Amino acid sequence: MRAYFIDIFSGVGSVLVGMRVTFSHLFTRSVTEQYPREKIEMFDRSRNRLHVDIEDCIGCYLCDKACPVDCIHIDTIKARPGEDLGLTEKYEKKKTFVFPKFDIDMAECCYCGLCVFPCPTECIYWISDYEFAEYDRSNLNYHFGNVTPEDARVRYEEAEKLKIQKDKEIAAKKAAAGTEIPSQPKDDSTESAE
Amino acid sequence: MDYFIQIVTDLLPGLNGLPQWLVIPSIMFLFGALIFTGIAIYSLIILWFERKIAAHMQDRLGPMEVGGWHGWLQTVADAVKLLLKEDIIPAVADRKLFKLAPYIVFLAAFAVFAALPFSDKIIGSELNIGIFYILSVSSVGVVGILMAGWGSNNKWALFGSMRSVAQFVSYEIPIGLSILVVVMSVGSLSMRDIVMAQDGGIFNWMIWQNAPFNFIAFLILFIAGTAETNRVPFDIPEAESELVAGFHVEYSGMRFSIFFLAEYANMLAVGIIASTLFLGGWQGITGASSAPGIGLIWMLLKGFLIVLVMIWFRWTLPRLRVDQLMYVCWKVLVPISFFNMVGAGIWIGLSS
Repeated sequence: MRAYFIDIFSGVGSVLVGMRVTFSHLFTRSVTEQYPREKIEMFDRSRNRLHVDIEDCIGCYLCDKACPVDCIHIDTIKARPGEDLGLTEKYEKKKTFVFPKFDIDMAECCYCGLCVFPCPTECIYWISDYEFAEYDRSNLNYHFGNVTPEDARVRYEEAEKLKIQKDKEIAAKKAAAGTEIPSQPKDDSTESAE
Repeated sequence: MDYFIQIVTDLLPGLNGLPQWLVIPSIMFLFGALIFTGIAIYSLIILWFERKIAAHMQDRLGPMEVGGWHGWLQTVADAVKLLLKEDIIPAVADRKLFKLAPYIVFLAAFAVFAALPFSDKIIGSELNIGIFYILSVSSVGVVGILMAGWGSNNKWALFGSMRSVAQFVSYEIPIGLSILVVVMSVGSLSMRDIVMAQDGGIFNWMIWQNAPFNFIAFLILFIAGTAETNRVPFDIPEAESELVAGFHVEYSGMRFSIFFLAEYANMLAVGIIASTLFLGGWQGITGASSAPGIGLIWMLLKGFLIVLVMIWFRWTLPRLRVDQLMYVCWKVLVPISFFNMVGAGIWIGLSS
């Protein structure tokens, strides 16, 4: 009988304790962020989306090779002889290659960040943009190439002509020097990623 | 009601041209429509309040978008959505019972308002057995809940309605016993007499009389009233974790919203009954005011206060188990309210 009354009083007491707690929380500041209006600042090393400063890229393919899921697709064309490609981010003269294709498919990306470390010019890196949802999966394939397809076609043809010309020169040299000169390795004016 | 009839006939003198048997029913219909609109508006407001209070008790913000200022139009948008939604009736449901059930539940909640004294003059029907009528008519809601559970042809709905009925029938007893305490001290069943007996300021309110018996009776009435309206911590009929939604699992659209309306109407009814019986009804803290609107404001203020405490309860306490619910009723509330009633009777007998 005694336990019965103790139970009742402790029950009522615990109800009052709980109600005091909820009442005090009624006036504490809420922790909600009103998302589209208030955005959380992402921390520095967050991995959200890859970005490429294409003017710094030297076309070394190290990121492509490092990628475990092969989501980076690169095509390079050698620049025209003497072409001014502008300055890099560090105000140096731009090197050697133009990129008809430098695609990173964020739908395939596994966010491991392995492509970021090998880059010699630190031109591929994470940015803090986390709002890149798309209705079409193909829109997640980000293009960083700096040459239009038409321009690229012209450049391919030029490179092809240049190659033929060089081959001819080599053949001519060969003919002039007899057969002693060993065959040179192929010219690398055009290359493809795969 | 006479006061209301007089006001309406003053406003619309054309009514006197109608035959007498038509005038009174049409004015009654008008009064009912007024109450219905009031309940609908009140439930929209209190639903918004509940969501905001719940959110802030959990350190959230709640609805913030619809309507600009702190989402004040959110519940209106929800109501419109519910009214526009398709009303699905399950193929194997008992169609008649299924269709009728929400209206009976709401009818029971609505009929209570006929005898609630909103102020000195605004009262639907000035019954001399007002509180008795309220007690009996509010029990009709059980039938509707049972119909809903059975008509849905769904095991969860049936379980929910069975639990609801068991709970309702059990908690009627402590409510009746604690109301008896007030009835004994006033000596009348009429709501008007009960309020009039508490005339003259806050210290004459029934909650302070016959100390401590009336105070205990008030607490018991409040707890059992929370149980009657199927609210947390006594919401086992619609326990989400066990029964999905209890007796209104299968309901959608309009009928679902009527269940909701009935729940909130019941809450307001409990609030008004409790404040009429114990907190002085339409009388202010310093006593009754002669101005006609003041009484209504006091009444609604007290009713709202009790509803807010019920909301506060809801977001504080966890749900009881079925056996615990029955334990609380039969082993705690019923004996306490019974001895309380006996004690109050002896007290009144000795002091008179």
